[in-house]
Amino acid sequence: MIANYGYQDGSGEYYITIDTDRCIECEGRWCVGACPQSLFVIEADDYDDEVATIAEGARKKLKEKCAACKPAGGHESLPCIDACRPGAISHSW
Amino acid sequence: MPEETKEFWRWSEKVWRDESIDWRGSRAITAGIDVGSVSSQAVILADGRLYAYHSTRTGSNSPDSARKALNGAMAGADMSQEDIRYVVGTGYGRVNVPFANRAITEIACHARGANYMVGPSVKTILDMGGQDCKVIRCDEKGKVQNFIMNDKCAAGTGRGMEVIADALGVPIEDIGRRSFEIDEEPPPVSNVCTVFAKSEATGLLKAGWSVNRVLASYCAAMAERVSSLIERMSVEPDFFITGGIAKNEGVVRRIERIIGIEAVRLPADTVLDPQIAGALGAALFAHALLKKEQKASAQA
Ligand code: SF4
Ligand code: SF4
Repeated sequence: MIANYGYQDGSGEYYITIDTDRCIECEGRWCVGACPQSLFVIEADDYDDEVATIAEGARKKLKEKCAACKPAGGHESLPCIDACRPGAISHSW
Repeated sequence: MPEETKEFWRWSEKVWRDESIDWRGSRAITAGIDVGSVSSQAVILADGRLYAYHSTRTGSNSPDSARKALNGAMAGADMSQEDIRYVVGTGYGRVNVPFANRAITEIACHARGANYMVGPSVKTILDMGGQDCKVIRCDEKGKVQNFIMNDKCAAGTGRGMEVIADALGVPIEDIGRRSFEIDEEPPPVSNVCTVFAKSEATGLLKAGWSVNRVLASYCAAMAERVSSLIERMSVEPDFFITGGIAKNEGVVRRIERIIGIEAVRLPADTVLDPQIAGALGAALFAHALLKKEQKASAQA
C-alpha cells in the first residue's frame, strides 16, 4: 500500500509517503531509530501486516516536525530516507 | 411560547431495515460502527447480507454515539447487542467504541464499503467526511492500494457545509440544488476555512450577492480544494464519492467538472446511502473476521 500522511495548506504540500509493501519484509525497521522526532511507528495495518506509519499526533505538523532536518538553505539527504534500506520513504517537499 | 429556532444545518437522520430477512435464522450477525466527527452510522449484516442501518449525529462522546447508532439500527427488530457476534469500529472515534471486537481505519472501511455498493469496478474513492477528506485507490476486491488524506482543517467538509447552511439560513439538503439556480458561475470564495466562512458569506450578501450565488461560490471553492487532493493521486475510474457530501450535487458536479471524470451514482431506487460506506465496510470486515475466528476454532 502507498500511504500518504500529511496535508496541504496555504504554504504548500507536506506529505510523507511510505510504500508499506516494502515494510512487510523489512528486517531492520531502521526508520524508527533514525528519525530524531520519532515520527515512525511500527503497527499492524488493517490487513494485519506490520508496517511503518507516521505517529498520529504528528500528521498535521509535518512541516514543523521535519524543519530541523530541512534547513532553509536546502538539504542533500534526510535521516529517514537514508536509513530505510528498502527505499520505502519519500517526502513531497 | 418560545419561538422554535430553525436548525438549517440539520440533515435528516435515517433508519432502514430489510423486513424480508428474519435475522433469527442467520448464523452470523455482525455490525460495523463508524463514529465520525459529525455523524455516526451503524450497519448490521445477517450472514454477510445488509440487514439494517442507522445514521445519526455524533454527540459529545464517542461511546454514547456508537451505542445510539447501533440501538437505532436494532430498534424494532427485537435484537439486542448480545445477538451481534462481532463488531468492528471505524471512524475518528473508532478506538472509543467500547463493545467493538476490533478497530479498523476508515480508509480500509470506506474502500470495502464502496466496493460492496458499486462493485469491483470501483477504483478511486473520495470520502468527504465531517472534518477531513481522503482519496483512496483500491483493487477489485476493495483492498486499499494507495491513500491520501487531508485532515488539517474542516474546509471542504461536512462541518464546513453545516456552517454555511446556518449562516445563510438554507436547509442543508437544498444547498446543492440552489447552488445551480444562478445566472452564471461565480468565482469560488477565496477562503473555505470554516472559521472565516460565516463572515465571508455575510460580507458577500452585504455586497449584494444573492444567497444562491454565495452557495455556488462556496460549493465551487470546496470542489476546487478537494479536487487538488484527488489530482495529486490521479483518478482511475470508476470513481465514487462516499460520506455526507456525496449527496450534495452542488459540490459533486463541480468536482466532476474540474477533474473531467463523472462519479458513479447509485440507482435512484437503491436502499444504499453513500454516507454509510464506512460502517458498511466495517460490518463486512466484521463478517470476514468472525468467519476467520470460527474457522480457527473449528480447526483447534
Ligand atoms: S525502514 Fe523503511 S521499509 Fe523498514 S519499516 Fe521503516 S519505512 Fe518500512
Ligand atoms: S525528515 Fe527528519 S524529522 Fe522528518 S521524518 Fe525524516 S528523519 Fe524524521
